[in-house]
Amino acid sequence: MEPLINYFIVSAALLCVGIYGLIAKRNAIRLLFAVEIIINAAIINFVAFARYHDTPLITGQTFSLFAIALAATEAAVGLAIIVQAFRLNNDIDVLELKKLRG
Amino acid sequence: MTDVVFLVVSLLTVFFAILALESRELVYGAVALSLSFLGAAALFILLDSIFIAIFQVLVYVGSIAILIVFVIMLVRRDKWANVTGGNERILGIIAAVLLFSTITYFSLSSSLTSQYPNPTAISNFYEIGSQLINDYWLILQLTGLALAVSIIGALTMAKFENR
Repeated sequence: MEPLINYFIVSAALLCVGIYGLIAKRNAIRLLFAVEIIINAAIINFVAFARYHDTPLITGQTFSLFAIALAATEAAVGLAIIVQAFRLNNDIDVLELKKLRG
Repeated sequence: MTDVVFLVVSLLTVFFAILALESRELVYGAVALSLSFLGAAALFILLDSIFIAIFQVLVYVGSIAILIVFVIMLVRRDKWANVTGGNERILGIIAAVLLFSTITYFSLSSSLTSQYPNPTAISNFYEIGSQLINDYWLILQLTGLALAVSIIGALTMAKFENR
């Protein structure tokens, strides 16, 4: 088996890809992709650290179940917001969505 | 052997994650995103967490990716194909590279490099189920409530007519 650092670095790489997407992209669906990638990186970390504990813990797997379920709710609500924003503005460029600006 | 598998799977996961953000067509991006999720599921199998891998494939590849494809179908515009970020893109690349090199630099000198797993893996479905019911029953109920509320909220938002 590999040392823990390998999984940690894969997770860090996914996190950095997600942060790049959050900074550079303007399309709302791509921003949602980036958030999902970041959540995935966090889940990989949870499972890896639980597996590499001295006495392997099942709690990390249980917690990542909750994380996956909440990511699903977040995607459902986010996509509904995107559909609604598209209906109101005919565009989902996040720099063009200014209706709620004070 | 398992090192080669790990290397290929992790490289594919990161590559498809980048492709999901950088592909010209949004639909190809969604496909690449689901392939990246499949790569993460393979990583979970390498970590002896079969149940999480099953759950990942069911929830992410099975529902979230399909939902994203449907939404892309509903909100498509051709002009997005040639939107190119200027300054933000360079800023994003700099931030990502800086963060990644910092994390790598500091973690390479930590104790993570010498940590190897316990050979006795527990990937017992029974353990996970009993822990869900006995220890985390309240969180389980709250997660179900959050799922119900999000579905109702998404439906109400989608039914809202444009006046």
